[in-house]
Amino acid sequence: MGMLAGVIGVVTLVAVNALFLIWMERKVSAHMQLRPGPMEVGWHGAIQTVADALKLMGKELITPKDVDRWVYLAAPIVVFLPVLLSFLVIPFSQSLVIRDMNVGVLLILAFAALTVLAVLMAGWASNNKYSVFGAIRSVAQNIAYEIPLLITLMSIIIMVGSLSLVDIVNAQSQYWFVLVQPVAFILYLTCATAETNRAPFDLPEAESELVAGFHTEYSGMRFALFFLAEYTNMFIVAAVATVFFLGGWQGPFLPGIVWFFLKVYFVIFIIMWFRWTFPRVRFDQLITFAWKILIPLAFANLIITAFIMKLR
Amino acid sequence: MLERGLEEKTYVLNLGPQHPSTHGVLRVELEMEGEFIIKADPDIGYGHRGHEHMAENRTYAQFLPNMGRVDYLHALAYNQCYCMGVEKLLELQVPERAEYIRVITAELNRLTSHFLWVGAYLMDLGAFTPFLYCFDDREQVLDLLDYLTGSRLTYCFYRFGGVPVDIDDDFTAGCRKFIQRLRGRWVDYDNLVTKNVIFIHRTRDVGVITQEQCIKYGLTGPMVRGSGIPYDIRKSEPYSAYPAFDFEIPIGERGDVMDRYLVRMREMEQSLRIIEQALDKLPAGPIMAEKIPKRLKPAAGEVYAAVETARGEFGCYIVSAGDTKPYRIKLRVPSFGNLSILPEIAVDTLVADLVAILGSIDVVVPEIDR
Repeated sequence: MGMLAGVIGVVTLVAVNALFLIWMERKVSAHMQLRPGPMEVGWHGAIQTVADALKLMGKELITPKDVDRWVYLAAPIVVFLPVLLSFLVIPFSQSLVIRDMNVGVLLILAFAALTVLAVLMAGWASNNKYSVFGAIRSVAQNIAYEIPLLITLMSIIIMVGSLSLVDIVNAQSQYWFVLVQPVAFILYLTCATAETNRAPFDLPEAESELVAGFHTEYSGMRFALFFLAEYTNMFIVAAVATVFFLGGWQGPFLPGIVWFFLKVYFVIFIIMWFRWTFPRVRFDQLITFAWKILIPLAFANLIITAFIMKLR
Repeated sequence: MLERGLEEKTYVLNLGPQHPSTHGVLRVELEMEGEFIIKADPDIGYGHRGHEHMAENRTYAQFLPNMGRVDYLHALAYNQCYCMGVEKLLELQVPERAEYIRVITAELNRLTSHFLWVGAYLMDLGAFTPFLYCFDDREQVLDLLDYLTGSRLTYCFYRFGGVPVDIDDDFTAGCRKFIQRLRGRWVDYDNLVTKNVIFIHRTRDVGVITQEQCIKYGLTGPMVRGSGIPYDIRKSEPYSAYPAFDFEIPIGERGDVMDRYLVRMREMEQSLRIIEQALDKLPAGPIMAEKIPKRLKPAAGEVYAAVETARGEFGCYIVSAGDTKPYRIKLRVPSFGNLSILPEIAVDTLVADLVAILGSIDVVVPEIDR
């Protein structure tokens, strides 16, 4: 029963979160661009996304002629399922965890890596040169950025001595890890932005170069699933940032779950801020940045952390 | 089959005619190896409307509205060039006040063109926000021009022998307010774009054009000035009231995409200076020449008039056979020459670089196709 309630809760959260995040993104971008953004549907356009979602559902699902049919149809589902599963181990508050596993971090990272498979499927099956471009870029980018991401998180894991997300939050009852590991936090945010394919690292779907990248040929709800997965992914990387660096649910006065969501949306706001301020990096610069700057930095951070932990 | 597949290392990618960064119906046929470009071949002509042929079938005055539709972004310079040509044919003397009004409006129009370019260019590079900053500023200029000319894009404002509407105090005050506002905005653009480290990495040493290449391909406008050649018709062959103003020709050093961006940004400041001086020195007097014949029938002959548009040298070559209609009009458009260098500088770059280079040329495709 508890499991079923958890599943229903997660599905609701995913839907509401995506609706809220899309509205938030439009508002954040609008205010950064000296315009009001959506204002018509609901209070300050609050239910604009509901209207948009309904419109997308009504759209025709186009399957182009020469696509690899089954792979093409499976990709939007494959992109979405692993994202859902990651919610299993995220501690929303002291008591609200669907299942506290002792390998929670591993599970999230493993499922996050699966997203790239769906992107590759979508790009390859679409039988479109721009889509293949997007897919290939996505694979290279995800491989390059997952390494520093893992190493960065490893330095926190060394400090705590556990892979369970609940243990990591509990270890921050004195101080948040962002204070002792600021470099790791910045590294993590950069890698997380690249992992979720957000600007300035949005090369798999770079509009001005690749039209829409890997999802060029998708329409209607299939496109919406890619969209939904992107925003849910953002929530997950922000939740991981909250758990690892910002003390999870901990905070004074307000209940734990409120603190958790406040921190998550703050991290998401920073990621949105990146997107609406920076131009896109070039592909070779992106890869160079990962292999020559981020990975050595992450390793240095890990080694220093290990040394300090050993000396204590 | 497999062997053949392995041998074929390159493939063809069509960039356009419907693509977000070709800005119009331009197709660039790319031969690629991976993400590297082996060969880039622009394919033009999708928007051909036959403006030059149209000129042969209508009277001089009837052809004037066409000029706003060749390059819709700097329509007033085209108006001006054509009017200058016809005025030379008719031997009309344009009053000084009218020349000043032409300069003010043409420079305002240049600002709108450059703003659109900066915004669209940054969007090509993946930054969306500067686009709306530029449109915010561009909107102010469009309001001013709308107030005076009655239209916002395809202007048809100048007449043979002068301008039809005089500028009033409201327009002058609006201009001054706008100049003051824009001078406060440069620092925003610098912080948001020019100093942005990603922007610098995307544009420095990309698409370098040497001075020899500029001359070889007949480039004009910011393309040639970005490479360090101070060629600007407003200075080198002064026309209209330009000799009366003190302004500089900004030039670049390396001839890369970044320099072309900087040249355009600094040109906007120079345009502001010209407008400011023109407003200060605006002479009194009539705005239309006297004794303009009702029926325009210039004597047989040929003239060439050239102006500096936002994209470079626009020339209008008019042949008159002594009829009410031109015998032949040849339009020399800057974008055509500027685009012709693309195959040479696009080789061995990435797709992302090609988008940056193509954007920096600032092509207006209808102008190329005419």
